[in-house]
Amino acid sequence: MVKVRFSSALQGVTKTTLKEVPVEGTLHDLFAHLKKEFGAEFENRLFEAGKLRRFVNVFVNGEDVRHLQGLETPVKAGDEVSILPAVSGG
Amino acid sequence: MSRVLGLVCRECKAEVPPGMVNTCTRCFGPLEVHYDWEKVQESISREKIARGPHSIWRYEDLLPVESAEKVDLGAGFKKLHRARNLGRALGLRELYVLDDSVNPTYSFKDRVTSVAVTKALEFGAEAVGCASTGNLASAVAAHAAKAGLPAYIFIPESIELGKIVQMLSYGPRIIPVHGNYDDANRLASEVADAHPTWAFVNINIRPYYTEGSKTLAFEVAEQLDWQAPDHVVVPMASGALLCAIARGFQQLEQVGLTPENHTRISGAQPSGCAPIARAVQTRGDVVPLRTYETIVHSLAIGNPADGPYARDAILHSRGGAAIPTDEEVLEAIHLLARTEGIFTEPAGGTTVAGLQHLVENGTIEPDERVVLYATGNGLKTQESLTRTIHIPASIRPTVGAFEAMVSSPPPANTPQKTRGTAW
Ligand SMILES: Cc1ncc(COP(=O)(O)O)c(C=O)c1O
Ligand SMILES: [Zn+2]
Repeated sequence: MVKVRFSSALQGVTKTTLKEVPVEGTLHDLFAHLKKEFGAEFENRLFEAGKLRRFVNVFVNGEDVRHLQGLETPVKAGDEVSILPAVSGG
Repeated sequence: MSRVLGLVCRECKAEVPPGMVNTCTRCFGPLEVHYDWEKVQESISREKIARGPHSIWRYEDLLPVESAEKVDLGAGFKKLHRARNLGRALGLRELYVLDDSVNPTYSFKDRVTSVAVTKALEFGAEAVGCASTGNLASAVAAHAAKAGLPAYIFIPESIELGKIVQMLSYGPRIIPVHGNYDDANRLASEVADAHPTWAFVNINIRPYYTEGSKTLAFEVAEQLDWQAPDHVVVPMASGALLCAIARGFQQLEQVGLTPENHTRISGAQPSGCAPIARAVQTRGDVVPLRTYETIVHSLAIGNPADGPYARDAILHSRGGAAIPTDEEVLEAIHLLARTEGIFTEPAGGTTVAGLQHLVENGTIEPDERVVLYATGNGLKTQESLTRTIHIPASIRPTVGAFEAMVSSPPPANTPQKTRGTAW
């Protein structure tokens, strides 16, 4: 299971802040799973033209995926994925 | 009736009711305060400001608060010094320094925090918090103490001891985090999300918080008899300060307190961590940094939240960006102290060194009226400076020993290699 933590800004669509997802592969696969579960609205909020929106940060085990392999970053059982808005700090 | 209508998304312009939120649920973009400009206009005047308190609260009509009672330690209303000596050294005819190093906790962060903690009380928050590169921590801890709220402060583990000693004296919970500022900020964001009744000043109430820095534009204009300067130079970490100063000058013009202004805005970041300044110089995107290293801890943010907006504000105003080295920053701290009697921290040194670059490369012209923001105090960062100063050996208490000592020139603080104009 991959543990996914959703920002409260996603509450409206996910209705939960935490979800265990049975997936083994890449972030692409994880998001495919989540899109199927939460629908078009989930995709719209986070993606624009197939790419993560500028103000969406995704972390795998605390590491910003922009510094890893983006949506090609591998995820496996036990990993923690966090989806957060990039609008804080400073 | 309130002059604050609510919040609005800076990206998709969606309107959001006032509250402890910083994110547009539609597009994840950042929110900003939405004013009722007619109400602001009706209420504000130069005379009213002149009669106001000697703090940021003299500009209350342009700040997003409702309550009469402020959490006010006296942030703001700091002196704009005419810097003739530094101006001469750099080849500038009319240079000023806004000395913000002498705020209640010794940085500009008291301005944003006074607004944010006042707002936290309005929202009925049960605690306040922040992720800090060092200065915000003390500002939040001090204002929380004054407001009687608990404070949770997330910091990267490597910041200056002086700042840690100071922040702990106000009695907050501090949480030093393995890693850099961006790690501490991510953790703080997750904690803020899990505790919706806590007001994290630069996270869930960030739209209100950043408004406090507009007062740095207001004070400069007021002290120049309600004229905006030609050019300002601003240190950047997240870029929020620079954006707020740009917004401040624009709003002064909008409400008619200053004539139409064309203030050019330039930014500075240290070479070890300069994602915004590099984006300005290359006219490219802001590329977040995973790792970075600089003595300028207060400006060390690898993924700056306001980076793209700060870059755009600079480029639209026809300003520039400078990227001095740590060595140049240290020299510049001494230069400001020696010429103007103002002892600033490395963020201020970055700005002085940045100004020097911008004059040398022609971005700033010699006859522009220029304002430099010194945003933090050198006493907080002594350990960064000890390797650049020379403490003389003590002498026997005799006049002879004194005469012998002063018959040779004092050892220089820093290598006296100057760039451009000699001083
Ligand atoms: C002294 C000082 N100056 C400037 C800044 C930059 O502020 P911003 O993150 O809004 O760009 C900071 C940030 O912590 C600071 O401590
Ligand atoms: Zn939006």
